[in-house]
Amino acid sequence: MTTSDNRPAALAASRPTTKSKNARREAIIGWLFVLPALLMYAMFVLLPLLMSIQYSFFRWNGIGPMTWVGFDNYTRVLSDPDLLGTILNSFRLVFFFSFIPVALGLVVASVMHRMATGRLGAVSRTVLFLPQIIPLVAAGIIWGWLLALPGLINELLEAVGLSALTRAWLGDFTWALPAVGLIGVWVLLGFCTVLLWTGMSKLDPALYESARIDGASWFNEFISITVPLLRNEIGVCLTVTVIAALAAFDIVYISTAGGPGNATAVPGIQIYILAFTEQRIGPASALAVILTLLVLVIIIPIQRLNREIK
Amino acid sequence: MKRLLHLSLSTAAVLGIFAVAVKTPSVAAQDVPNCGTEPITVRGYFETGFDLPFRLTEEFSVQYPNVTWDISQDQFANLINATPRLLSGDNPPDLIRLPTLVSFATQGLVMNLDTYAEAFGWNDWPVPQLNQNRVAEDGTRGAGSLYAMGLNYSLTGIFYNREQAEQIGMTEPPATLAEFEALLAAAKEADLLPIMQWGSARSGMGLAFPLQALMASVGPVGPINDWIFQTPGATIDTPENLVAAQHLQDWITNGYFPEDINAIEYTDAQARFGAGEGVFIFNGDWQNAGYDASMPGNVGFFLMPPAEEGGSPAAMSAPLTFGIAANAVNADCAAFFLNWVATNEVARQIGVDVGGSNPGGPSGLEMPPVAEGSITNETLAAGPVVGEAGTSMDFIANATSAIFAQGWTPELQEMVGGLQDAAGLLQAVQAEYELQLSE
Repeated sequence: MTTSDNRPAALAASRPTTKSKNARREAIIGWLFVLPALLMYAMFVLLPLLMSIQYSFFRWNGIGPMTWVGFDNYTRVLSDPDLLGTILNSFRLVFFFSFIPVALGLVVASVMHRMATGRLGAVSRTVLFLPQIIPLVAAGIIWGWLLALPGLINELLEAVGLSALTRAWLGDFTWALPAVGLIGVWVLLGFCTVLLWTGMSKLDPALYESARIDGASWFNEFISITVPLLRNEIGVCLTVTVIAALAAFDIVYISTAGGPGNATAVPGIQIYILAFTEQRIGPASALAVILTLLVLVIIIPIQRLNREIK
Repeated sequence: MKRLLHLSLSTAAVLGIFAVAVKTPSVAAQDVPNCGTEPITVRGYFETGFDLPFRLTEEFSVQYPNVTWDISQDQFANLINATPRLLSGDNPPDLIRLPTLVSFATQGLVMNLDTYAEAFGWNDWPVPQLNQNRVAEDGTRGAGSLYAMGLNYSLTGIFYNREQAEQIGMTEPPATLAEFEALLAAAKEADLLPIMQWGSARSGMGLAFPLQALMASVGPVGPINDWIFQTPGATIDTPENLVAAQHLQDWITNGYFPEDINAIEYTDAQARFGAGEGVFIFNGDWQNAGYDASMPGNVGFFLMPPAEEGGSPAAMSAPLTFGIAANAVNADCAAFFLNWVATNEVARQIGVDVGGSNPGGPSGLEMPPVAEGSITNETLAAGPVVGEAGTSMDFIANATSAIFAQGWTPELQEMVGGLQDAAGLLQAVQAEYELQLSE
């Protein structure tokens, strides 16, 4: 520690006031508190991010010497129809992972908020949230059984006389992606519902009461009060679920591994195969960087929109 | 996928053991590398779900109590992905299951075993056994230095449900492709599923089995092995292979495979076949113990018949490949173990009982006895047929590390979905192959 006694006179003259000194001290303490997390973040997020960007400019098999190839990996990724197809698939997943859970979540949360206030509400929230805490690997295997040709879903369809609709859902070129999407709905609906329900609980009941006095229906309340006032929570839900869709890996890998054909292949799967199976770290990193940019391009407007409305 | 990839290199040889004159191996007992007498811990990296290496290491420690094993294991797909990093790390495993060989050999990650081959007399073993694990300096397989050994040598063919085969009038295995196709039609006619096969992307497309069997039935095996060994200029898109692929496409359109094949996992296919769904299944002898258990006495085996009458049947066949890391600490002991597996009586018995396949080793050693009624009797008997004919192949899924995941599996799945035809399949896979080799 430096004492004021051995400071140069010029510095001593501009000695900060006690107040700002305290503020600085607090700032330092604050930084010290943040430091462990920051170090972790730098080591496990920032550093790998920078390394991925670096690798994307090289030809490298992960072991031997690296060769600078400039933007070759990017042009290769952007000119490969199969790789571009995976990006298209991830946009299709946005519909299932994001729009359905948020829309359905709003309705479910609203119904819960209005009707299921007691124990029933708590139980249904728990049930809906359960997929969040079940390991996805286990969930993926169970869904694989449910969606198989001899599985429960087809049995149910047959029981209600819809045997014409039965199929191997995860092995069907038309239906594999919606089937994977359905698993996504199951996983993410609970998250959205609980988040939105929490938001609703904070809304002033007086708003609803006055609306009801004015003769507003549940639907009117929903459209004119709930949705506008929950914009913030909806923004968070959209952000999280859109990222989950665009960067999807686990649900897809466990349920279909990208098949049949490339019907459910998403960038996450391709990055994994390129990097680890093919040992082509360069194109894998380039695709990863493109995916990151894509996520940012889509998420930043959602965030901004959210902020502007606020 | 893992079962497919199990088949690496050609076995014309492996099975050639039987065709080669009996010759006693010459091993100088005192000078050969061994595990010493001091306590040592040998590190292994094996594949999950396959008992054989684990049972062999247990027995090894019984016979050599100073050796303890520190074994890590992984599923096959993870094994493929982790191996390069494990081998290039500071503390690599001594003994490792090698999913593919060429890239690790050319990158200097696995040990050149030539000195051990000299010391143990492996070079006197039936030539093809070792050739499958040789890599030349230019990266072609089949000749050059030795980089791995097989714990055993598997064989593929067609397993069948005896009761159902009888039902469709099959009194003896078909002698030609036409006879086999008549049986498939008869099965369909009798409302039985002709062929059970797996095909999900997670397991890897099991139609690669019948496709390659058809290729070898219609045409010669040489060009197929050239393609797998990455011989310069080799192509899979040949007129013979086109005929083979057209047969497969016909089988698909005729409804010979389960309609949900694109979603069937390897294990589910075995369970369903064991439960009586499917007259035939294309698979390898590693599944013998499973079939013996699920359908005792009711399972038979034959090799894929040739298209021409009087031709030779062909088969995919490959060693269960194990190597030693280039920087292994206990390389001598690992090499001693590899030699022991093929030459020790108890080890060879374990190889047959647990692995279901030919344990290899020097010519002249007796084949360990197999339980009566086991399907292993039939698969072992089929080995010499292929060995003598010289019609064994490595597996087309093993040509490059990603050709299965990026080529065969998606393209064959599209063929099932009616989105790909025979010509397009071969062109697409060849294009993917060339792309991967150009990297």
